[in-house]
Amino acid sequence: MTMAAMENPPLRLRLAAMGVDNVTLLVLPAVLFVLALFVYPFFYGLALSVEPLEGAWYANYVKFFTDPFLYDTIGKTLRLAVPVTLLCVFLSIPIALRVRHMRNQRLLTTILVLPITLGTVLIAEGLLNYLGPQGWLNRTLIAIGLIGGPLQLVHNYWGAFLGLLIAIFPFTFLLTLSYVTGIDPALEQAASTLGARPWARFRHILLPLLAQGLTVNFCLSFVQAFSVFPTAVLLGSPAGSTRVISIAAYTAAYEAYDYSLASTIAMIMAGVQLLIVAALLSARGLLYRGPMGGAKG
Amino acid sequence: MAGMSHDFRKLRLDRVSRSFGLHNALRDVSLEAARGEFIALLGPSGCGKSTALNCLAGLLPLTGGGIWLDERRIDQLKPEERGFGMVFQNYALFPHMSAEKNVGFGLRMQGRPKAEIDERVAKAMALVRLDEQRHKLPGQMSGGQQQRVAIARAIVIEPPLVLMDEPLSNLDAKLRLEMRAEIRRIHNLVGSTTIYVTHDQDEALSLADRIVVMRDGQVRQVGRPDELYGRPSHADVAEFMGYRNLLRLSVAAVADGVAETSFEGALLQGTLLGKASPGDTAVVAIRPDDLTPRSNGPISARVISAEYRGRDFYGIASAAGGQELFFRSEHKVAAGEELALGADPARVLIYPNEAPPVKA
Amino acid sequence: MTGGMIALDRHPLALRAWNTTIWVLVGFFVLNLLAMIASVLVNSFGTRWFNTWLPAGFTTKWYFSAWAEFQLGDILIVTFQVVGAVVLLSGTLGVLGAYALARREFPGKRLVMLLILLPLLVPPLTYGIPLATVLYQFGAGGSILGVVLANLVPTVPFVVLVMIPFIEQIDPRVEAAARVFGANSRQMFVHVLVPLLAPGILAALLMVLVRTIAMFELTFFTAGPSSQTLVVALYYAVYAAGVRAPQSIDAMAVIYMATTMIWLLIALRFVNPTQLVTRVKKS
Repeated sequence: MTMAAMENPPLRLRLAAMGVDNVTLLVLPAVLFVLALFVYPFFYGLALSVEPLEGAWYANYVKFFTDPFLYDTIGKTLRLAVPVTLLCVFLSIPIALRVRHMRNQRLLTTILVLPITLGTVLIAEGLLNYLGPQGWLNRTLIAIGLIGGPLQLVHNYWGAFLGLLIAIFPFTFLLTLSYVTGIDPALEQAASTLGARPWARFRHILLPLLAQGLTVNFCLSFVQAFSVFPTAVLLGSPAGSTRVISIAAYTAAYEAYDYSLASTIAMIMAGVQLLIVAALLSARGLLYRGPMGGAKG
Repeated sequence: MAGMSHDFRKLRLDRVSRSFGLHNALRDVSLEAARGEFIALLGPSGCGKSTALNCLAGLLPLTGGGIWLDERRIDQLKPEERGFGMVFQNYALFPHMSAEKNVGFGLRMQGRPKAEIDERVAKAMALVRLDEQRHKLPGQMSGGQQQRVAIARAIVIEPPLVLMDEPLSNLDAKLRLEMRAEIRRIHNLVGSTTIYVTHDQDEALSLADRIVVMRDGQVRQVGRPDELYGRPSHADVAEFMGYRNLLRLSVAAVADGVAETSFEGALLQGTLLGKASPGDTAVVAIRPDDLTPRSNGPISARVISAEYRGRDFYGIASAAGGQELFFRSEHKVAAGEELALGADPARVLIYPNEAPPVKA
Repeated sequence: MTGGMIALDRHPLALRAWNTTIWVLVGFFVLNLLAMIASVLVNSFGTRWFNTWLPAGFTTKWYFSAWAEFQLGDILIVTFQVVGAVVLLSGTLGVLGAYALARREFPGKRLVMLLILLPLLVPPLTYGIPLATVLYQFGAGGSILGVVLANLVPTVPFVVLVMIPFIEQIDPRVEAAARVFGANSRQMFVHVLVPLLAPGILAALLMVLVRTIAMFELTFFTAGPSSQTLVVALYYAVYAAGVRAPQSIDAMAVIYMATTMIWLLIALRFVNPTQLVTRVKKS
């Protein structure tokens, strides 16, 4: 073996030393796939958004933010998504804390998984029946004398709100439950032997340990609520109070065939959402992050 | 609010029972502990010792019996109303709080003024020799340090009773010895009554003033360490206390607390614990330490294997009937060698009319 | 709030009221959920249902009319083709990728992980429209191929993320042992890794299956008239309500429910319900 060969081992060996070998290459198909069908379309959409049908490169963005019919959709989406997500997260905490002690959790979690697997379209159809003026809910409320006439619960804001709540709450709840059950029960026992009552245990032990999981949970639930589409169309009033941003994007693409504007709206949608998620996740930096067990040696 | 009066005289468990469905984890456990006493609950896993501790702490409700602190019944109180200090098996330190905050938690829950909390926390941290690590999170500390924080957290509230649940089981052998001495030192300084759960008889023997041996949810024997070591009341307790040779023999002669049992033709003399008459069967228990080769040893056996453990040799030999015997020898023995084994009659315990415990 | 809560947890009665409130909330939610599903079911079997608690009579005719009207036979075939292809492809790509990520440390691994995580963090709607545009450009739009490709975008990363902990759990020495005894890479994969990973792969693929049947947005944007899956067809039917009898639409909804439920029930034999939402934990 010559000196040169020793100083310059073959590329294969140098790569292997860095951890790149045949096994590493197995990740390539998945990566190429994501690049081709996710990253490329995303940038393609970005490029398309600055090539408007007419006007300067930023014309679509100007159009979006000056046309109230378009920019109002952001507000309408947030008015729907934020309260639903907050309600889901806040309700999920006490319920998860109770359910974790339940012996037969599996039945409840199975029932709750139903809306997730059925999907938003079926929930919309079911609620149209159930919440409609002739539906069981209104009939029951009238029968027990709570209301005089049927409540208008579909084809308006509340229809979309309830549809979204039913679709998203199970997701939020199961996520919260998995965070809650990840906390070592001995920590709460330790706190109680040290004189902490239930509220103090929640305030000083559970909440700080849950905070970061709840933030992530809020983000993931919010992402779903923010991109509400079938619910807003079928259960809401898609021309009025629930004309959410995804409807605007869809209309631009498939009714006006303005793919450039549709891409612009998709980009703005991604932007708004990333902004909110980023803000929340940076606040997460202030919270405790680390193991939730009893810090085993 | 929290905190029983510190100067109680007696903790009393009166026929405490706890069942989980059909399974009785604790059956009629009665026990008394005087103030300042160090009591070890000793037994194999699943014997109910941890259940007993959790019942004392209030983490598990009783299904029968009562717990009394002097004249006050406390078994209905919630854990947060008892004011006992508890050291958990995995320490259960709050992972988001510094060592200092962990230790101060109980005092904060009592609503003590900040100055008092700071002072008492500093004292407790000094007591467990952790002044340097005050600001660290549990995740940044070693196992031994976490253990100290857990102890400090339990004693800083000056509880009438400190409960420890296998506190050393997660430490390595060397650290375990160190912490054992620490726990004894802290107990002597603080002087609170301690109930200590363990499955390690060395730990119980070296730490406790009194040991409670448990099996199948029941108390088998209560006694001082030397009593348990020298005079286990039952064959199963003997087995747990290190009597590895348990022989099922028949009683040949009985006289005044002493009995002779016949072992393959030879006579083996020992201390009789119970009543027996010739012809009865009995379990004979001998520690490997006490069974040694000697000139008039009644048991002849062939060495199967032996290992050197520092000063002495410990080995396994097979008697003519095929029984395995664990013995000690001061001289080197080799496999195949024929030995005459025997033991001091005072160290041979004879339990008449008992079945030998089922080996796990 | 703090004061109120402290007062609350000192009174056993208040504590019980609090617990009851929580159970009532859960019960109310579950009741409404089940009632909603039941109303679809009842309506699909009803002859005529107007202004009463239950339909005037029961019939199965809507299923036959729905089957013919919506060409459900064709739609079901398309649905199963799409779902089958997505399960197979995401399984292959995902397991291979997860294996590399679980076993090797290489420069840029964090970037690769981020790349694979992104499609799961961004809702399908935001990349669905540009993706559909690209697919139409390459002639795959409106075809089954396009629908399959679009559905793979979230499922490949999903399989990768679910499988990584499963693979990490397998001791690399087992693989080393297989090699010592003379197995080559392919043999090692087929005879050692796949059997060991089978429970994990099964769980991941069942979850992919259930999610793909219910995936609306991506299919909606990329499907043409001949490549609609059941969920998209259902959307169009509900959207154009009034054109068809509502019972007929609900009959279709029931058929849709049945196709997801069968797989959900099978999936639940192998996975914990929470795994459909959260990633599989190491255990």
